[in-house]
Amino acid sequence: MATPLVVSEVAKSFTMHLRDGLQLPVVTGVSFSVKAGECVVLGGPSGVGKSSILKMLYGNYGVDEGQILIDHGGKRVDLAHADPRAVLEVRRDTLGYVSQFLRVVPRVSAIDVVADPLLARGVALEDARDRACELLARLNLPRELWQLPPATFSGGEQQRINIARGFITEHAILLLDEPTASLDAKNRAVVVEMIAAKKQAGTALLGIFHDAEVREAVADRIIDVSAFSPRKAAA
Amino acid sequence: MTTVPLLKVNDVSKFYGSRIGCQNVSFELWPGEVLAIVGESGSGKTTLLSCLSTRLMPTSGKVEYHMRDGQYRDLARMAEAERRFLMRTDWGFVHQNPADGLRMTVSAGANVGERLMAVGDRHYGNIRATAADWLRRVEIEEDRIDDQPRAFSGGMRQRLQIARNLVTAPRLVFMDEPTGGLDVSVQARLLDLVRGLVHDLGLSAIIVTHDLAVARLLSHRMMVMKDGLVIEQGLTDRVLDDPREPYTQLLVSSILQV
Amino acid sequence: MTDLATYNFAYLDEQTKRMIRRAILKAIAIPGYQVPFASREMPMPYGWGTGGVQVTAAILGPDDVLKVIDQGADDTTNAVSIRAFFQKVANVAVTTKTKDATIIQTRHRIPEEKLGEGQTLVYQVPIPEPLRFLEPRETETRKMHALEEYGLMHVKLYEDIARNGHIATTYAYPVKVEGRYVMDPSPTPKFDNPKMHMSDALQLFGAGREKRIYAVPPHTQVVSLDFEDHPFEIQHFDKPCALCGAEQVYLDEVVLDDRGGRMFVCSDTDHCEDRRAHGHVGHLLAQEAAE
Repeated sequence: MATPLVVSEVAKSFTMHLRDGLQLPVVTGVSFSVKAGECVVLGGPSGVGKSSILKMLYGNYGVDEGQILIDHGGKRVDLAHADPRAVLEVRRDTLGYVSQFLRVVPRVSAIDVVADPLLARGVALEDARDRACELLARLNLPRELWQLPPATFSGGEQQRINIARGFITEHAILLLDEPTASLDAKNRAVVVEMIAAKKQAGTALLGIFHDAEVREAVADRIIDVSAFSPRKAAA
Repeated sequence: MTTVPLLKVNDVSKFYGSRIGCQNVSFELWPGEVLAIVGESGSGKTTLLSCLSTRLMPTSGKVEYHMRDGQYRDLARMAEAERRFLMRTDWGFVHQNPADGLRMTVSAGANVGERLMAVGDRHYGNIRATAADWLRRVEIEEDRIDDQPRAFSGGMRQRLQIARNLVTAPRLVFMDEPTGGLDVSVQARLLDLVRGLVHDLGLSAIIVTHDLAVARLLSHRMMVMKDGLVIEQGLTDRVLDDPREPYTQLLVSSILQV
Repeated sequence: MTDLATYNFAYLDEQTKRMIRRAILKAIAIPGYQVPFASREMPMPYGWGTGGVQVTAAILGPDDVLKVIDQGADDTTNAVSIRAFFQKVANVAVTTKTKDATIIQTRHRIPEEKLGEGQTLVYQVPIPEPLRFLEPRETETRKMHALEEYGLMHVKLYEDIARNGHIATTYAYPVKVEGRYVMDPSPTPKFDNPKMHMSDALQLFGAGREKRIYAVPPHTQVVSLDFEDHPFEIQHFDKPCALCGAEQVYLDEVVLDDRGGRMFVCSDTDHCEDRRAHGHVGHLLAQEAAE
């Protein structure tokens, strides 16, 4: 089975220059891989660096050491050392991300926020909007909100926009940062189904799920991030 | 992929006497890429923009542009006629103050149409139709086409300036604090408009701004300048979420949260 | 006569005339290009045609026959004064007949009668720079001429059509000379623009206050700027001249009384007189004759 995501010996720390150069180690020696069709969950107590790992994988955080190897259209790309243009290309075609919070763009309707990743890949506007509508319907977002910009939506509504936006493409790798945190049971169940469908389709998923029930339902494997804690490594 | 950089900037420095304007700046700008240059006043970002857009000659270093014929040309060695032609066809320049980029005493339609006439368009009806179409795209009512920009609000002027620049389908647009003097709500509208146009037209853009929110919304990549030097650059998300340099951390931590 | 102080021939000293002639030669060599020259103070105010007078003074010879018109007329104050000036300082022959003149100094008009080889038309120009109204910086307009950046000229015409539905510029209508320089033909009505094209006569333009001389040599293309869908057109008049019945000429409106009575007559007085001398009669003269 293909392994589209390999993380090897990754380390990350923050230097807080505003606090006299305080060194804040985050993780060290992070090594794991995710196979196609597999859903791997990052586990461990909060503050241990789960979100930081996802952000490094998506390129929002820099990486001090190690490699993040992504199978990008048959080519291995090391995201830890790729230039911005390569990172954007990998994001467009291979690597999807559902963040905890929606970054709102003024004046863009919910439908277009969701359809945007498809448009970026060259899908026709009408087709992209149709697909966006399907997903919003599936996630039970009230129809009267679809044409509105999501800035004033509730947390749960915004999160569903985020999920739809992340799931709309057929990216080979999907990163999920607590996608169900502010959802009710009914919509959590929908997301669980959608994750199952992605697995079925051969997507490699890596996620953080605080909700134990969801975690049980989707995880093939749980990686305990405490193992990468620099404090532990030092001890 | 066969694409090549649109602009190649190699070790550009500009000195004003012994004072540094900007120093040792190198980067490449790719087609469709939006680069934000951020930094406080006096950091050299506007000097750099002027050097890139041939409004100033760099003291040293080279700026090369990938012409439509597929050749790279050293901008400093280009004949003035050719450079000016480039600036009004393949490039755009959006000034912070719209009055610097518009003809305030001719109508909105003529402001947009001027570039078309400059490249030899001689059909009034077509020029006017194109101008009307661009006014619509920048959300200016079509019945304002014969009004002078003097009668426009700041936001409308800025949108008109953008239309005037984009009408010849340039490949590269320079923007100097495009949302500088505007109200927040007007800014949001303009930013969204610019974002949409850049996306739809596949424009490359270099945007000078001191506003990190503008950089976040519009740019793919950013450079942080301080004292004439580029102190940090990279993917916009990365620079803003994980700033490395002390000054960048200070900038990011100074953003007001609403 | 002999005990009065005498002027040098044609008022200007020889060095000044040489300087102006050099500028004229350069202007002829680069049709439509504005050549700077060291304009002198003349014994008349700016705006009275000091540029044209200096050009005329520089090219005038003892054998020349001079005609001076203002608004097409030989008998207006300005025309009479300038004519008298050259009679006094150069003692040259003067005429009101277009075909007899070797040099015609004009303000506003080109004579109706076709000019021929050997004749020189000298225009008095108030503002020589056609781009001035849209671009106030001289450094910039010079650069625009040098680089042939003339889009702005069409912006002006665009504004005309946008405001009036047609090109409303009726005088000082911009032209392109020999496919290169855009030129302001001085405040002549656009009616006269076609006469400049491929003219057999030499056309010289002098702007005294602005210190510029430019020229259109004989047999030079002079094309009025326009749009494809709004082509250049000259003015048309509904009626012929009330005095001589001439058609296809430029007419002036003359108010006859305070009850709205008016007539349209040739602006070119010489042309009108000549026609009448040859028996042409307009409707007004015919009426008077009948009474």
